[in-house]
Amino acid sequence: MNGMKHTKGFWLSIVLAVVIGIVIQFLINGEILDSFYTNTLYLIGINIILAVSLHLIIGITGQFSIGHAGFLAVGAYTSAIITMKLGMPFPVAIIVAGIVAAIAGLIIGIPTLRLRGDYLAIATLGFGEIMRIIFLNMNYVGGASGMSVTHMVTWPWVISCVIITIVVITNFTNSRHGRACIAIRENEIAADAMGINTTFYKVVAFVIGAFFAGVAGALYAHNFYIIQPTNFGFLKSFDILILVVLGGLGSMSGAVIAAILLTIISTYLSNYPEVRMVIYSLVLIVMMLFRPQGLMGTKEITAFFKVGKTAKGGVQNDKHTVA
Amino acid sequence: MEQLIQQIVNGISLGSIYALIALGYTMVYGIVKLINFAHGDVFMVGAFIGFYSISYFHLGIFPALIISMAACAVFGMLIERIAYKPLRNATRIAALITAIGVSLFIEYGTIYLRGAQPQAYPNVVPLHDLKIFGVVISGQSIMILAVSIILMVLLQFIVHRTKIGKAMRAVSHDMDAAKLMGINVNNTISATFAIGSALAGAAGVIFGMYYTTIDPLMGIIPGLKAFVAAVLGGIGIIPGAMVGGLLLGVIESFVSAAGFSLWRDGVAFVVLILILLLRPAGLFGKNVKEKV
Amino acid sequence: MTSTPLLKVEKAGIRFGGLKAVSDVNLELNKGELVGLIGPNGAGKTTFFNLLTGVYVPTEGSISLEGEKLNGQAPYKITKKGISRTFQNIRLFGELSVLDNVKVAYHSLSKHSILSSIFRLPSHFSGEREMHEKAIEFLKIFKLETVMNEKAKNLPYGQQRRLEIARALAAGPKLLLLDEPAAGMNPQETAELMELIALIRERFQLTILLIEHDMSLVMGICERIYVLDHGQLIAEGTPEEIRNNPKVIEAYLGEEVS
Repeated sequence: MNGMKHTKGFWLSIVLAVVIGIVIQFLINGEILDSFYTNTLYLIGINIILAVSLHLIIGITGQFSIGHAGFLAVGAYTSAIITMKLGMPFPVAIIVAGIVAAIAGLIIGIPTLRLRGDYLAIATLGFGEIMRIIFLNMNYVGGASGMSVTHMVTWPWVISCVIITIVVITNFTNSRHGRACIAIRENEIAADAMGINTTFYKVVAFVIGAFFAGVAGALYAHNFYIIQPTNFGFLKSFDILILVVLGGLGSMSGAVIAAILLTIISTYLSNYPEVRMVIYSLVLIVMMLFRPQGLMGTKEITAFFKVGKTAKGGVQNDKHTVA
Repeated sequence: MEQLIQQIVNGISLGSIYALIALGYTMVYGIVKLINFAHGDVFMVGAFIGFYSISYFHLGIFPALIISMAACAVFGMLIERIAYKPLRNATRIAALITAIGVSLFIEYGTIYLRGAQPQAYPNVVPLHDLKIFGVVISGQSIMILAVSIILMVLLQFIVHRTKIGKAMRAVSHDMDAAKLMGINVNNTISATFAIGSALAGAAGVIFGMYYTTIDPLMGIIPGLKAFVAAVLGGIGIIPGAMVGGLLLGVIESFVSAAGFSLWRDGVAFVVLILILLLRPAGLFGKNVKEKV
Repeated sequence: MTSTPLLKVEKAGIRFGGLKAVSDVNLELNKGELVGLIGPNGAGKTTFFNLLTGVYVPTEGSISLEGEKLNGQAPYKITKKGISRTFQNIRLFGELSVLDNVKVAYHSLSKHSILSSIFRLPSHFSGEREMHEKAIEFLKIFKLETVMNEKAKNLPYGQQRRLEIARALAAGPKLLLLDEPAAGMNPQETAELMELIALIRERFQLTILLIEHDMSLVMGICERIYVLDHGQLIAEGTPEEIRNNPKVIEAYLGEEVS
């Protein structure tokens, strides 16, 4: 990971993403892409944000959180309240959704991140469920029958949020702060002994992850006409988890690729939801048995472009472990 | 006062079901340190096997119970051999993800095979309601209590008085040492899954009788709550799971009775988080710190 | 050089349940000293390091660095105050490159904020550049700069041991604790390591406390030696005194017999 070279490749891919974003906008304007494709694109964008935000928590910091749908729910409901109940504009809703989800992440993260491994997983799952049950019991947001939301999502919003998410999380990861998080993943006791405030960085990763899950929630709510507590159960959390695991724990490009692939697959299987879930579950099991490091391992896609140049820089095929 | 006792009776019935499921969680965790997410789904499969035995083969409640337990025991062993055994030395996250995968596979495989619609459970409990001092104890409740108590006593006997029980305790204490002492670790782990799954199967059948409907996703919430019960009692500790289950059942029925039935599912998770934060080793557990 | 000692341990100890793992340890280190801590297996040497670094909180006594009490402080705070360590069972960040392992240790000496990194402000670049240069400097001392882009877990064993020390040094300690740095090394590697320890001590004006099984290493470079047995100090003195101390001989013989 040579600092400067890496940065160059990174900005190149951002420029590429912006160009693709603009091209797609033209395709949408020219009605070459019909609403089915447009909607799939929105879903891909939302899932990328979710996958990348969870990747920071699980893949980079090694904190196994399986309650991510809880933050999605907080973002979705917050944004819906802001646009539908308070009549404020959509961009405000996106930002506030992120902030409120981040605050939820802070409140949940400080006590739970003291736990490790299985216990952390189950506690985050519990918190995710509690959030769902809170919305279920709030008459203000419609309780079990949910809340109807106007469709406000357009392609520029989706692609901007995706790019911002990726830029922020990549910049965070490739800094002393990100290295601190990876150190925690690799060996928490050693990280602590090297002067890293492990609790602080775990909470920071959790809060940033929650923020973007909240942003995704705002897009999600304003893309679906209606939001209900049942949309945010732990099955949704597992959906997001699958993206991160399939892509390779520790690889952001892996998470992005997995989000694109699985969204397309599940769109085509949307009429056969049980088949979709059977396939998902088999993918998870087979993946863990035969390729537990996921599609990409901890590598980023940029690594493949420099295979020829650097013989050493992390091209070896390694098994990834999160202890 | 009658109201109070009534709630305790309801809570104990519900709690016995949690306890039966929690035992499987706790035994498996004690021995392979894995949260077997699929355990709640074994419970669901047990409920369906019981249902088919009663409705299609016109069996009585006890033969149905035994068939269900036997089938779940085999099912549990299969899950372990196929999905978990190859991962015994893998990372914790890999094992946990596999368990989640197996859980989803069983749930949606069942939906794929028979559809998602709920199924009414036949009422074949041969017992009548009992009324003592104004407190109604339903036939189902008596049945649940009787079955749970018998199974728990049986389990205690197996764990403490038989050879396989001794092997289970040895493996859960120190797998490597047990292996060196000539214990067949693989068979012991299989036996643990078999016993745990059989208990879940029994819980599935009595759950069906108590709540009268079953469906392919019915295992999720009771499974999670049973896990909470196991953590509450101290995961890996068998009496802890029993006490945890009963305690959770009683807490839930009081919350329902107080008029917060929609919050009932939340209570279990609040209990979980409180126990994890205040006493992560559970009521009966000891704290263990990583060796540096 | 005399006056207040750098590290002062008074009657420190810890019990796990009923078991006294370490008890009643009195120890002083003066600035610039290289002191050995030896003792038979299970004597509590590593446990004592864990007390000094905050992994365990002492249940009795006090530990102070330059007069400031350290009891009960979190490990990362103690590291920032100036005690850093290596681990007997190597604990590198396996998936990170050798270079990044050292950068992680330099983390707490670096200032640029999370926001400056996210928005790529100038302070991020200057901060990262400084970390990069410093880290390479440390790697050069330990002759690891040629493998700086390798993942730490792919290094051969001897280099992993050296990287452990490089990393501990990068945290900017006043007191360096080395937990069996020569474990598993051959005599030649051990000799090189001894030279290296002498070199960094000189260059960074370090105080070093060293746990070691290899008696030749301890006797060769340490000025003073403490001997721990069954969680208690049984002797203290120069290598010569320790060599002839009957209690020490008994402790070590006892180990061999049993």
